[in-house]
Amino acid sequence: MSVSVRGLDVDLEGRPVLRGVSLEVPAGAWTAVIGPNGAGKSTLLRAVLGLVRPRGGAVRVAGEDPWSLTPRRRARLVAYAPQNPNLPPGMTVFDYTLLGRSPYIPLLGRESARDRAVAAQALDRLDLTGLAGRPLDRLSGGERQRVVLARALAQQAPVLALDEPTTALDIGHQQQVMDLVERLRRDDGLTVLTTIHDLTLAGQYADALVLLSGGRVAASGPPGEVLTAEAVGAHFGARVHVAPGPDGRPVLSLERSRGEGR
Amino acid sequence: MRTREAARLRPLPLAVAVLVLLAAMLAALLVGPAGLPAAGVVKALADRLPFVHVDSGLAAVDRNVLFELRLPRVLLGAVVGGLLAVAGAGYQGVFRNPLADPYLLGAAAGAGVGATLVIVVLSDRPTPAVPLASFAGALGGVALAYGLGSTAGRGGSGTATLVLAGVAVSSFLASVQAFLQQAKAEELQRIYSWILGGLGLADWPTLAMIAPYAAVAVVTLLLHGRLLDVLSVGDEEAASLGLSAARVRLTVLAAASLATACAVAVSGLIGFVGVVVPHVVRRLAGGSYRIVLPLSLLGGAAFLTVADLVGRTIVAPGELPLGVVTAFVGGPFFVLVLRAVRGRAEP
Repeated sequence: MSVSVRGLDVDLEGRPVLRGVSLEVPAGAWTAVIGPNGAGKSTLLRAVLGLVRPRGGAVRVAGEDPWSLTPRRRARLVAYAPQNPNLPPGMTVFDYTLLGRSPYIPLLGRESARDRAVAAQALDRLDLTGLAGRPLDRLSGGERQRVVLARALAQQAPVLALDEPTTALDIGHQQQVMDLVERLRRDDGLTVLTTIHDLTLAGQYADALVLLSGGRVAASGPPGEVLTAEAVGAHFGARVHVAPGPDGRPVLSLERSRGEGR
Repeated sequence: MRTREAARLRPLPLAVAVLVLLAAMLAALLVGPAGLPAAGVVKALADRLPFVHVDSGLAAVDRNVLFELRLPRVLLGAVVGGLLAVAGAGYQGVFRNPLADPYLLGAAAGAGVGATLVIVVLSDRPTPAVPLASFAGALGGVALAYGLGSTAGRGGSGTATLVLAGVAVSSFLASVQAFLQQAKAEELQRIYSWILGGLGLADWPTLAMIAPYAAVAVVTLLLHGRLLDVLSVGDEEAASLGLSAARVRLTVLAAASLATACAVAVSGLIGFVGVVVPHVVRRLAGGSYRIVLPLSLLGGAAFLTVADLVGRTIVAPGELPLGVVTAFVGGPFFVLVLRAVRGRAEP
């Protein structure tokens, strides 16, 4: 299921946030949206989820316009893991995962045995079965992120939209979460669209990067083409050294400002 | 396996709640100025069941006390308590705030205006119009707050503006009520006793009057337990899970406000039930609204039945206003809850 965005304009409260944004995510591919704070990354993700109304241009998920779909149909198409998920205190990991089955449960009905089985399977795949009965407020940061992924997985949507899945995680848990997403993408043929702050991490995992700056696409393409020292300097105001890593994907390192602190 | 099951009401807590309610109601039927024999009361009640014929041995006078005075009052107390508690739970789900109360959006102040208006204008007659006016006033207050909140909050975040609109409407209507009350100081006593709340109106026609609205409200609320659980992750995430948050919120608010209006119409303003009872339920049985809604209904019914029993026996032959009893218990409890909630991570 591909995601296609063409010439997208979005205003929030009368303020232009996205202008003329286009991107293509082929079915089963992983695209990462990068860019400085306030560039409009999260808004782009929300437009793909059909949560904000475009002012102009078109968004297509599997050929459908998410904004015009009913919430239930939309939720069967795109699953969402937000940057700051609300984790209701006291709710168990299992019940939270079961929320992912909402688009399949009759509105005033209750979940079926199949819904419970799908939720249990999602937990199993993310090694969370042992935590099924634990309340959300008693999880570590890494566990929390996995639980949010489990809920998205239980949604069984072909497209996964992740907003900053690695924020607030240490380097080991960042790798763990990204490896998990990669495994799910490979095994289930999921199409992944993620925003991400860490440029090296983005370059390691995504097939393609889209660099947003000031609400416009500044560059897009394979990581090696987008992540150049010039682009990072121009759009993030950072001095970095870019070198190809062992597998040819770019690795960024910050350069200390000369003449400061000496 | 227990962990593989969704949060839902299990038979044991349900049975306990039903038993507590039945015990409270039986106690309330037995205690009063006219001492009724327990066995006779139970037999007389059983006699009213379909296909059951028992000779209660109660005198005609006692039967009258039981069926025309005590039973309607006990039932009304249970209904009002259940309505307030389930409405409070509904409001808490919609606002994702455990301290939300059924009067949050101006139901109390609106009902106050309605009741005061009728008492002041039709002062020389006993007024069956008071319940009707309170009912209309409560719904009117909520509608005003909702209308104001959704106009002012267009494009912004919904619930915060709604709460602010509720505060504004409440204080505005309270000032209208005070003005009306000022205009006719000799009715102060009646207005005041309405505000303090009570079940003095209890009779069968009163029960019949609110029954249809109460039934619709309660059934609607109980059906929305799972959806309120989904809503607990916030509007945007709920939308990404296929829920139309605005529609669920409007439906639950309408049903909870209808329940509140029914309660206010027949009993005046009874505070704290709507906050205290859902809290106790959450503590004892779990936080899912599939559990909180039905158990609040039963728990609120039991709580108000007992509160009314206390109110009419502790200073017998006098009567403490019901609102005073619930606030006396509820006030200190509220502080305890606040202390316990403080320090827990709130979104």
